[in-house]
Amino acid sequence: MERGVHDRGGWSTDEPIDRSEHELADWELLTDALFGVLGRGGLMNVDELRRGIESMAPDEYERASYYERWLYSVETVLTEKGVLAEGELDLRLGR
Amino acid sequence: MRYRSGQRVRVAARMHDGHHRTPDYVKGKTGTVERAHASFTNPETRAYGKDGLPEQPLYLVSFAQQDVWPDYRGDGDDRIYVDVFEHWLEEED
Repeated sequence: MERGVHDRGGWSTDEPIDRSEHELADWELLTDALFGVLGRGGLMNVDELRRGIESMAPDEYERASYYERWLYSVETVLTEKGVLAEGELDLRLGR
Repeated sequence: MRYRSGQRVRVAARMHDGHHRTPDYVKGKTGTVERAHASFTNPETRAYGKDGLPEQPLYLVSFAQQDVWPDYRGDGDDRIYVDVFEHWLEEED
């Protein structure tokens, strides 16, 4: 297997690194809180969170922001566990 | 704890198809055990819904920056510190 897209230490790049800070949006704070609750409730742990992020298709991973990756992973893992039904979030969002 | 502070160890160069916490850039590199932290649940199984038992010893291992990065231009004494689980470490020959 190839080195994972997340395992980036030492990847050479000519792209400038964006070091700017940004205010967290409400949905980002809520995502952090949601994962905290899932952890304390025993529904999902940090290793599962990381594994779910690492399972993203490389192009999706590159496009996604930090907390978008968290959301992707939460949906992936909770769907695996049957906490969410397949497509349940999309359905509820009317997509 | 199999290794002790000051011991030279090599990180296994193996590929691992699945979640693991050993970064690619230290695989196959030789470093020095700085400290044995403690034992922790194994993220490689805990990431897939298991309990992560038995716990695995975790070490703080230091590497010379110039061993890790072939074109490192900083000070020759610079070191990088990485937490590595025992089952990723091998005794240096």
